[in-house]
Amino acid sequence: MTEVQIYGVCGAGLVGIGLYGAILGRSALRRLLAFNLMGSGVFLVFGAIARRGGIAGGTLSDPVPQALVITGLVVAFAATALAVALLIRLAAVDREEAPPSAEPGSADAPSVATTPSAGSPSAGTSP
Amino acid sequence: MPEIPLPDPRWADLPLALAVLGLALWLTLTRGDRAAVIGFTGYGLLVAVAWVRLGSVDVALTEAALGGGLMGVLLLTAVARLGSDIDQPRPSLPGDLLIGLLCLGVAAGLAAVVLGLPSPAPSLVAAVEDHQAAIELGNPVAAVLIAFRAVDTLLESVVLALAVIVLWSFGADRAWEARPRALDFGEPSPALVLLARLLPPVGLIVGVHLFWTGADHPGGPFQGGAVLAAMALLVWLARLGRPPPVTDGFTRLGIVVGPLMFLLIGLAGAVLAGAFLGYPEAFTKPLILLIEAAKTLSVAVALALLVAGPPALSGALSVRRAGSTETGAKA
Repeated sequence: MTEVQIYGVCGAGLVGIGLYGAILGRSALRRLLAFNLMGSGVFLVFGAIARRGGIAGGTLSDPVPQALVITGLVVAFAATALAVALLIRLAAVDREEAPPSAEPGSADAPSVATTPSAGSPSAGTSP
Repeated sequence: MPEIPLPDPRWADLPLALAVLGLALWLTLTRGDRAAVIGFTGYGLLVAVAWVRLGSVDVALTEAALGGGLMGVLLLTAVARLGSDIDQPRPSLPGDLLIGLLCLGVAAGLAAVVLGLPSPAPSLVAAVEDHQAAIELGNPVAAVLIAFRAVDTLLESVVLALAVIVLWSFGADRAWEARPRALDFGEPSPALVLLARLLPPVGLIVGVHLFWTGADHPGGPFQGGAVLAAMALLVWLARLGRPPPVTDGFTRLGIVVGPLMFLLIGLAGAVLAGAFLGYPEAFTKPLILLIEAAKTLSVAVALALLVAGPPALSGALSVRRAGSTETGAKA
């Protein structure tokens, strides 16, 4: 097998694994991770195609798909950062709405308030 | 000095692809979120090596800096804030198997397409080579990014600026004047502080070098900007400096200067060179350098701020012990 086939099939496998994780991930963060795996698989397939085009044109890799993948990687990172911020904000809103032992606005306390599983309603109920 | 014969790099392809797939499968199935995030950081580096084997060093640098580096910081801070709560129980075994089989089907279909690609392969290498001399750039990927597909790159830099604005809007209203606090984790360890004193000067040079060398060799504004952003994050994590408040004028200027410069020179091209985003022949190289320098700065500022998170009041983000729920689940 050539590297085009090896990494092309690898990318296809990553899309499958990512899709599985995006459907069945145990937490939102894990589903986000899986979504990134899927994206990375699509990029790898694109990279394998770029390699074919490059060999056909007498260089290492076709520059046009490479440029598109670079653009895609940066946008994927920005989207992931937004999703992470949304998740953290959602957790903070959940905590504010669950009243007991919450400490909204404890003036200038050191910002690392380590609340081991007491602040959230769902943390204690693991199987 | 006798030359040591190196083994054929093609032998590495199959083990590398299997390692990438195995790691992806493991980080999808493993229990702990923290372990999965650390696995994902290693995964980014492995994929970067795969990109080198595919002949795309430009992409490999971007993947290593973004997927291996900044993404790791972003997701590790997220897992520290969110803990390892399960919000979705596993389905019954038949359902699990069914979804697994369907996903396998998607992967198999895609693999069949990849293996059955038409021959001869379509290629734009010749088209890029024909026009590359006109813009005085030795790196064909940089030529595509800055000239031949300049609209993509312009829109992408606008997306980055918009992403920061959207991220800031996630902050609570009363926190608007405050600083981003996603990287606040109490007293940093002395080792981290030492690293944050030693590494940034080196990283600064590497980042600027990546931008400068990107004209003729692998590198460019994205790769250089990502390294610069990582240095800023290191300083913020070690508490040697703090992220600027979102109302800071210079920060806002830093975010928009890249897309703005690109847009203005593009509009000037409509008058002087006869096409939007065209470059007048006499000034091609200086204009491209000007755009790329502004873009490096904007990429660095935007990426660092994306990881630093929305503005928050102190104490608004508590850190949960990721270990506590995991050990509870095992017991």
